[in-house]
Amino acid sequence: MSQSVKHRSIRSLIKPKTMRPTVFWRLTEDIPKSLSTVLMVTSIALPLILWWLVTTLGNIEPTFLPSPADVLEAFGRLWSTRELLKDTVASLWRVGVGFLFAALLSIPVGVLMGSFPSIRALLEPLFGLMRYMPAPAFIPLLILYLGIGEEPKIMLIFIGVFFFNSLMVMDTVKFVPKDLIEATYMLGGTRWEALTQVILPHVLPGIIDSCRINLAAAWQLVIVSELIAANEGLGRRISVAGRFLRTDEIFVGLIVIGVIGLTFDLLFQYLLRVSCRWASQKR
Amino acid sequence: MFLEIHNLNKHFATKEGALVVLKDINMAIERGEFICAVGASGSGKSTLLRQIAGLDTPTTGEVRIDGKRVASPGSDRGMVFQHYTLYPWMNVQENTEFGLKLQGVPKKERREQASYYLNVVGLTKFARALPKELSGGMKQRVAIARALASEPDILLMDEPFGALDIHTKESMHEFMLDLWQRTNLTIFMITHDVEEAVFLSNRIYALGARPGTVRKEMVINLPNRSHTVKRHSIFHDYRDELMELLRRHGQEAVAAVA
Repeated sequence: MSQSVKHRSIRSLIKPKTMRPTVFWRLTEDIPKSLSTVLMVTSIALPLILWWLVTTLGNIEPTFLPSPADVLEAFGRLWSTRELLKDTVASLWRVGVGFLFAALLSIPVGVLMGSFPSIRALLEPLFGLMRYMPAPAFIPLLILYLGIGEEPKIMLIFIGVFFFNSLMVMDTVKFVPKDLIEATYMLGGTRWEALTQVILPHVLPGIIDSCRINLAAAWQLVIVSELIAANEGLGRRISVAGRFLRTDEIFVGLIVIGVIGLTFDLLFQYLLRVSCRWASQKR
Repeated sequence: MFLEIHNLNKHFATKEGALVVLKDINMAIERGEFICAVGASGSGKSTLLRQIAGLDTPTTGEVRIDGKRVASPGSDRGMVFQHYTLYPWMNVQENTEFGLKLQGVPKKERREQASYYLNVVGLTKFARALPKELSGGMKQRVAIARALASEPDILLMDEPFGALDIHTKESMHEFMLDLWQRTNLTIFMITHDVEEAVFLSNRIYALGARPGTVRKEMVINLPNRSHTVKRHSIFHDYRDELMELLRRHGQEAVAAVA
C-alpha cells in the first residue's frame, strides 16, 4: 500500500471558464454577411459624416478644411475644364509604362532567381542592397541624367518596383514543393519543362499578388515625382493647389488618387480569383 | 536480375564530418516481385529509394535496372511520393495525363491511357475534379494512376499510405494487391509499418538504423492475401520476427549513442 498523502484540492480556487457566444468579436471566423455589409458601409460613411458635421457646425476656415460640398464643387469645376482628366491620364500613363516595364522584367528575373540558386547568388546581394535605397532618393540623380521630362518619372517607378518585385516573385518560388518538381522529373520532364509547366503555373497567384502590392508603390512614386517637377499629373495638381491655398482641390486630388489606387487593387484581386481558381481559399 | 543494388554506400557531409546514412546495401529483385523495405526512422529508407529513383546518386556502389546503371530520374520508373504531389491547378484527368504529355504522347492516345488508369484506380467519376476536392486516399490513387500511365517497369513507393487513416489504408492495401496480381508489375515500397509490409510483399528487406544496413531478408509465404490472413498464426510469426528485428536494432542504436 502506498502511504496516503494529503492532497488539498485547488478546486476552490478555480472558477470554471467557459466562452460566451459572440458575433462581433469572432476570432478569424466568418461574421454574418449583413453585419459585414453594415460595417463596410460605416467604414466610409462615418468619416464622411464626421467631416460634414465638423465643417457645418464648427466655424472652420474653408482654406483650412473645406466642406464635402466645397470639395464636390471643386471636383465639378476641375472636371468641366477637363484639367482633372488630363492630370489623371498623365499620371496613369506614367504608372502604366513604368510599372509595365518593371513587371515584364522583374517577373522572369524573380522566377529565375527563385528557381536557380546560381542566378540567385549572382543577383540577390545587389538587389537586396538596391531595395533599401528609397526610390525617391534617386530623384536628383535621375534629373541629372534624364532631365525633367517623362523619362526620369518612368525610371523612378521602374527603380521603385523592379527590385522589390523581383525579390517578392523570387520568394513565391520557395513555396513550390520540392516533391512536385521531383515528381515531374520522375514523369520524364526536363528541367525546362519543370520550370515552365510546373514552377510557373504554381507561382502565378503569387506573382499576381506581388504585382498588386507593388502597383501601390508605383502609384505613390508617380505622385512623388510629380510633386517635384511636372506640367501635369495628379501630384502636380495637389502641389499647385497647395501653392494657391486651394485646399478643396488638394482634397479632390487626394480622393481621386485613393479611388484609382483602390480600383487597381480590386482589379488585381478579381484577376487572381478568375485566373487561379485552384489557389482560392488556400492563400 | 531486374533491379540490382551493389555495395551501395551513401554519406552526407555534416559539420561533424561524413554521416553514413546507408552502408553496404545489396539487393536483388526479380521482375514481378512486390518488395517492401522496412525500417524505423534513421534507417535511410527514403534515401535508398531516392538512389533507385535517380533523384540522388550513391557515394559509392550502384543501382542497376535491367543491367543499365541508374544515373538520373526517368519515366521508366514510376514514383509515388509520401506527400501528395498532384499539380493543384490541373484536374484529375490532366494530372494523370501529364507524364504522357511530357513524353510527347499525342492528345488522343494520352487521354485514352489516362482514362484507362483512372478506371483502374476507380476514379473515373472524378476526372474533372481538382486535387483539393479529393480525400487523401483518392489523391494517392491519382498519383498511382499517373505513375502507371507511363507503363513503367517498376513502381517505387515512399511510404505512400503513411498519411491515411486505418480504413483507407486497408482498402489501398487491397487495391495494391489486386493491381499487382493483375499487372505483374514490379513494386518496391518503403514503409515503417510492419503489418503493411508482411501483408503486401512477397519479400521483405528489414533495415537497421544509423547507419542504414540490410539486417535481414525475409521471404513471405502467406496462405492467402485476404484480410482474414492477418489473424493467421503465420502472419503473426512474420510480424513478430520483423518487429523483433527492428526493435533489437533500435536498442543497439540507443546503446551506441549512450
